[in-house]
Amino acid sequence: MAWTIYISFAGALVAALLPKGKPDAARWWALAVSVTGLTLGVAGFASGMGQGRVVLVDAPWVPSMGIHYLLAADGISRVLVLLTGIAAVAGVLFSWNIELRTNQFFAFYLALIGGVYGVFLSGDLFLLFVFYEIAIVPKYFLIAIWGSTRREYGAMKLALYSFVGSAMVLIGLLAAYTASGSHSTALVDLAHANLPVHMQMWLFPLVFVGFGILAGMWPFHTWAPTGHVAAPTAASMLLAGVVMKLGAYGCLRVGIGLFPHGLDPWGFSFIGLGSWRDVFAWLAVIGIVYGALVALAQTDFKFVIGYSSVSHMGFVLLGLMTLNQIGLDGAVLQMFSHGVIAGLLFAIVGRVVYDRTHTRQLSELETMHLSRRLPFAAWAFVVAGIASMGLPGFSGFVAEFQVLVGAWRANPVWTVASGIGIIVGVAYTWRAMQKAFFSDALPTAHELEREHAHVFAPITWPEIAGVVLLGSCTLAVGLYPRILLDSIEPAVRALLAGGAQ
Amino acid sequence: MNANVTGFPILTLLTVLPLIGAAVALFAGKHARGVALITALASLVVALIIWVHLPANGSIGLVELHSWVPSVGVEYHLGVDGLGGLMLLLSAIVTLMSIDAAHRVHHMPGLYYGLVLALESGLFGSFTALNFFHWFLFWELSLIPAFFLIKLWGGPKRGPAATQFFVYTMAGSVALLLSFLAIFLATGSMDFGDLAAMAANGSLTQQVTAHLGNVMPWLAIGVLAGFAVKVPLMPFHTWLPAAYAEAPSPVTMLLTGAMSKMGVYGLLRIALPLFGAQIAAMRTPLLVLAVLTVVMGAWAAAAQKDLKRVFAYSSVNHLGYCLLGIFAIAVPATSAAQQAGEIAASQAAALNGVILQMFNHGITAAALFWFIAMIQFRTGGLRGIDDFGGLRKPAPVFAGLMGIALFSSLGLPGLNGFVGEFLIFRGVFSLSWISASLSILGLLVTAVVILTVIQKVFTGPAPERWVKFPDLHASERLALAPVIGLMFLLGLVPQLVVGVINPTVQNLLAHWRF
Amino acid sequence: MNYAALFRATLPETALEIAALLVIVIDLGFLRKAAAQARIAAAAVVGVAGCAAALCAVSIAGPYNFGDAVLLAAGGSAGVAQVAILILTALTLLLFVGSTFTRHPGEYVSVVLMAAAGGLIISAAQDLLVIFVGLELLSLGLYILTAFAKKSGRSAESAIKYYLFGGMSAAFLLFGFSYLYGISGSTYLPTVIYRANDAAFSGGAPLLLIALVMIAAGLGFKIAAVPFHFWAPDTYEGAPAPAAAFIASVSKVASFALLISISRTALAYLQILMQNTHTTGRVYLTAGVTGPPIRSVFTVYYGWYLILIVLAVASMVLGNLAALAQSSVRRLLAYSAIAHAGYILLGLAFFDWGSRSAQAVLYYIVTYGLTTIGAFGVVGVVERATGSDNFDSFLGLQKRNPILAAVLLVLFLSLAGIPPLVGFWAKFNLFAAVLGMYGGNLSAGPAAPLILVALAIAMSAVSLYYYLQVLKRAYVMPAADESPIRVHSVTLAVLIAIAAAVLALGCFPALLQNWIASLYA
Repeated sequence: MAWTIYISFAGALVAALLPKGKPDAARWWALAVSVTGLTLGVAGFASGMGQGRVVLVDAPWVPSMGIHYLLAADGISRVLVLLTGIAAVAGVLFSWNIELRTNQFFAFYLALIGGVYGVFLSGDLFLLFVFYEIAIVPKYFLIAIWGSTRREYGAMKLALYSFVGSAMVLIGLLAAYTASGSHSTALVDLAHANLPVHMQMWLFPLVFVGFGILAGMWPFHTWAPTGHVAAPTAASMLLAGVVMKLGAYGCLRVGIGLFPHGLDPWGFSFIGLGSWRDVFAWLAVIGIVYGALVALAQTDFKFVIGYSSVSHMGFVLLGLMTLNQIGLDGAVLQMFSHGVIAGLLFAIVGRVVYDRTHTRQLSELETMHLSRRLPFAAWAFVVAGIASMGLPGFSGFVAEFQVLVGAWRANPVWTVASGIGIIVGVAYTWRAMQKAFFSDALPTAHELEREHAHVFAPITWPEIAGVVLLGSCTLAVGLYPRILLDSIEPAVRALLAGGAQ
Repeated sequence: MNANVTGFPILTLLTVLPLIGAAVALFAGKHARGVALITALASLVVALIIWVHLPANGSIGLVELHSWVPSVGVEYHLGVDGLGGLMLLLSAIVTLMSIDAAHRVHHMPGLYYGLVLALESGLFGSFTALNFFHWFLFWELSLIPAFFLIKLWGGPKRGPAATQFFVYTMAGSVALLLSFLAIFLATGSMDFGDLAAMAANGSLTQQVTAHLGNVMPWLAIGVLAGFAVKVPLMPFHTWLPAAYAEAPSPVTMLLTGAMSKMGVYGLLRIALPLFGAQIAAMRTPLLVLAVLTVVMGAWAAAAQKDLKRVFAYSSVNHLGYCLLGIFAIAVPATSAAQQAGEIAASQAAALNGVILQMFNHGITAAALFWFIAMIQFRTGGLRGIDDFGGLRKPAPVFAGLMGIALFSSLGLPGLNGFVGEFLIFRGVFSLSWISASLSILGLLVTAVVILTVIQKVFTGPAPERWVKFPDLHASERLALAPVIGLMFLLGLVPQLVVGVINPTVQNLLAHWRF
Repeated sequence: MNYAALFRATLPETALEIAALLVIVIDLGFLRKAAAQARIAAAAVVGVAGCAAALCAVSIAGPYNFGDAVLLAAGGSAGVAQVAILILTALTLLLFVGSTFTRHPGEYVSVVLMAAAGGLIISAAQDLLVIFVGLELLSLGLYILTAFAKKSGRSAESAIKYYLFGGMSAAFLLFGFSYLYGISGSTYLPTVIYRANDAAFSGGAPLLLIALVMIAAGLGFKIAAVPFHFWAPDTYEGAPAPAAAFIASVSKVASFALLISISRTALAYLQILMQNTHTTGRVYLTAGVTGPPIRSVFTVYYGWYLILIVLAVASMVLGNLAALAQSSVRRLLAYSAIAHAGYILLGLAFFDWGSRSAQAVLYYIVTYGLTTIGAFGVVGVVERATGSDNFDSFLGLQKRNPILAAVLLVLFLSLAGIPPLVGFWAKFNLFAAVLGMYGGNLSAGPAAPLILVALAIAMSAVSLYYYLQVLKRAYVMPAADESPIRVHSVTLAVLIAIAAAVLALGCFPALLQNWIASLYA
């Protein structure tokens, strides 16, 4: 499974060196590499089922400081590696029509994927950090070069926000490392280092916020809508689908895993908050509701999806803060579910619709009668939309249900507030769907003329393949969530037990 | 629970069959209707097989039970008793009728028939589910095809109608979901059977109160709200006239024939078993609402000028009888009559009536809308009550058959519409004579409405333009014959159905605690 | 005086001097009539050969003792710095090949070599006067190098500024040294420190503080720390590219090596003091440690460390913030150099008694020097092709010369501190050494190291912005002029080698780290 990382980076290098005149070579190469990565991920997932934590590679890297090149996978990592593989393949499929500097695009793309694989598989905190940072640069270039609305601004904002977040994590890493005696940066060792509670009290929020920035935690989420809108389709898919999960994964693995006592009650209460757990849970809830409400008011289709990502990631963060088995299970499942669903949503909005209509304004799309002219997009969006709403039968329902149950057990008020978010979620998805695809008005003569003048390009096979891939994933997990839960539950149990809660 | 008769997952087969048909129909283009017909026929056959294999003692049979997501109490648990089996049969028949009626779908026929079949699958799924997750899955999933059927093929005001339909039903679903979430939190179970047993021995209320405080009444209201929107119960009915009117008539057949029964079924399967005591506590206001539904439904029907709206409100009225029966059954355990043990027979009668009425109304209402579809087709979309006149002359067979359906809707003895209403009234008179008396008004007004329709549409002089009104073709007569035959059959020999569902009724009543 | 030992100890410097003379002889004697490029090539070859010879000599050379005093150290920071200086000098000489700013390559190369010799002396020196001699040798060479582009007015202007500033700071330095001599009566560093502290006990503390401030001014000038940095932007802008590369790398390495030896010596003394007074051994910046005599000692050290911290913070903050406003890549590199000097000063401020801090500082400055040479190499090529070093000259570089753009990408990201490049590791190592000062007990001492490290990391985040601005021009924004840029093959080879080294050392940081550690063992 470690080879997912290597082949992605090697693939990136080869892609950069491919001859410029033949974009097809780059596309097929990228597809081959990402499919190989997915296959390896699936194989690793299957072989790891029921295994618990498996160490893949352990080589000394900088022995004088106790840093090892340590790759390990437990159930959570395996699920997320699987997600990365799926998202990677889907992203390549939906970027099939990129003509500008194609080989460079796929080079950066594969480098980003490699970095993401690395983060999910790292067993050493230093290594995790290295991969986390490696992922920042390709993101910048993907958005800055191939993006659309305000791309340079969006790219820079994303890069800087990510870098600031990782800077915070670096401080935490250095502090934890030196405080534990500078022996080792392996995650297991640091977790057992038993750092003093008052130290964990400030390390935890520092690291959690650092990762939380990338996870779209309110109020540090402002890079997300701008970044998503600016990014080209595949980059948005990856950003919302996988990169935000890097942040959440970091929150879980590093924040909660290494500094569990940072979540203990402070002993005093400030505006009703008694511990960092309360603070971050409330921030998550606010994110859910705020993201949903703002999405409801958007006029740009992609912004709706961007804010919906913030809202859905709020569920992940809330699930993390419940600190009970079912809530954390839900959080990890939601990471997978939202990764797939957000990928699908961005793919439809970006590739299928925008590349043809050249507008994302809902008011303009209303006049285009897309249910008739682009039925594939309309129906794919219906499926994606109901999955996003959390309707049963799709992966979102089980995940959100588990988070809500977990939240209830921790603090019922959180559940009620998040429930509001779900309801608003139905509303904004509904509104976007109605306006973009199923407007009621019959076409005017002028519009019919325009339609004849601009015939839409036909739906290509990569788009169909991508939609089928993502749609079937969310449906499969929705109907039989045990595929993933069987791997997630033991890993979460081990994490909770190790945290000595 | 009885073991599966043949070991064969027939309920799963039934639920999945329309989905497969839908997938095929999507790509069948011009042949979509044929595919749909075949699928619907096959489903009917399977439903009949199930009907025949129902356990004789009224308990739940043909059970399929598999573990699904244990950590949230979700199991793959299917099963049917008399009630469920009857509903399956109804769904199959109504869907077949609907597909038959929709013989000129020009615009995206593959999608249309695909959605209809998907809706049928949703119906089957919710009538066989014994675990909340599965049931809720199909409850929600039936919404989507219905919405799109209205939205994409409906009349001029279809957009708002579809949206209203969706929003109301969704709101109700949310209330349901929240209530069940709370129940899961308190008990850790989502299984209808287990929860019903807990309610019967009082431990459900105990556990809920222990975990969540005194919220049982609120949960009951939440659950009731979900079903109240679907049936509908006044005043939650406001989505219905627009949706029924704007939907293409074949779709309205499905809406009124089968989907509304999902709500009633839910009340019988979920609300009464689990929240019997709470419902009994709220019996009086609920009965008031039910009576209101009956009377105002009929009254509003009288005031309509659009035939579809007439029958839409008439549906509200007819389903009001079901609600009347259901709420009347919920006599509090502390009342004198209950303690005297006198009311068991009445409750049984009422419940039998409710179930029968579900079936009969489904068939009859679907037939009525079928006829309206035929009228619309022949007159280029007209369906105002004043647009016609004297159709008896140019189309006697049509008038005759539609007349039969209309009389059945009125409740004429000898036709199927009578039996259900009769049983309901018989039961409710003993249980709550005030409600029954007031509801008679509904019967009277309905009679007026129906007779008015007959008079305005069929009798009297025929205006010029309708002199050439075509009568029924041979194929239409062939298609309608079984339906009309069924109306007579069930009117004359109701025992065919009652014989199967009465044990179920006894079984249900035995387990309900008020 | 044991001249044989002295000769042996200064073998590397001698090799460089001989090479310098040889270059002039060959160039002016035999190649007067040859083509310019041939002369440059020949001069560079001889220069590189000289560096190579000096490198061999370093391994042979040993320390030079005069009685008990070790006037010229070997191994440890001296060894690392000398090897680094020689390699970096060789690289700048290779970059000189293909440049067009002078018709006197022989003189140029010989001045470079002599300045490098000065750098070698500074790295090893343990005596105040030797330090000053080396410093002046280095500085004078640098002034001349800055002015070498005779056709450029800016070159001359910046050289004058550099010279004036430098002269003044050298005066400050000498003045400080004279105070130290006055207080201690010796020019041998350990003796100076020992006696200066005695003097501090008996009321000489103010004098000592003045001396320290003067010395800080002088040395701060050399490393371009705020507020002694004013020469840097102009010099970096005006000097010809290979010379700027030399200034930015070699002189920094030498100066920091000097600072390391001063700090080490001071700390070594402090250690002895601590042992003699039975206290636990950490340098605390707060008062409240027992005993009046020790407190006054700490006052002196406190002063020194406070100066370092102030310089560090000011450099970090001002360097990064000023770089944000630049539109010339050279000036950007200048301000970024100031910022990096700030980070390193932080490492020097929290200097630990083992060699860990010293190793971390050396690692940082060596890799920084390497990266900077590469950066100036790229800037030089772009300047020659487009005529200016403005941001806009870099537009569309990825199309005009993809290899050059890739090298730029690697180098600038390394400067920003992005893994897996060596710049990241250098920063991490440095910060870990700073925080590791208290043996992992971060709550034992004041929170100062943690807060300062946090500030440094924050400033790194700021630096990413301006490095990305240049990279944005190279990769993202469309080119104004799409003609390919040709690069001299030697230059290209050097740049690729540097970029590869940056990447390799970043992926395998243990390589360089182990080598540095081995010199300390």
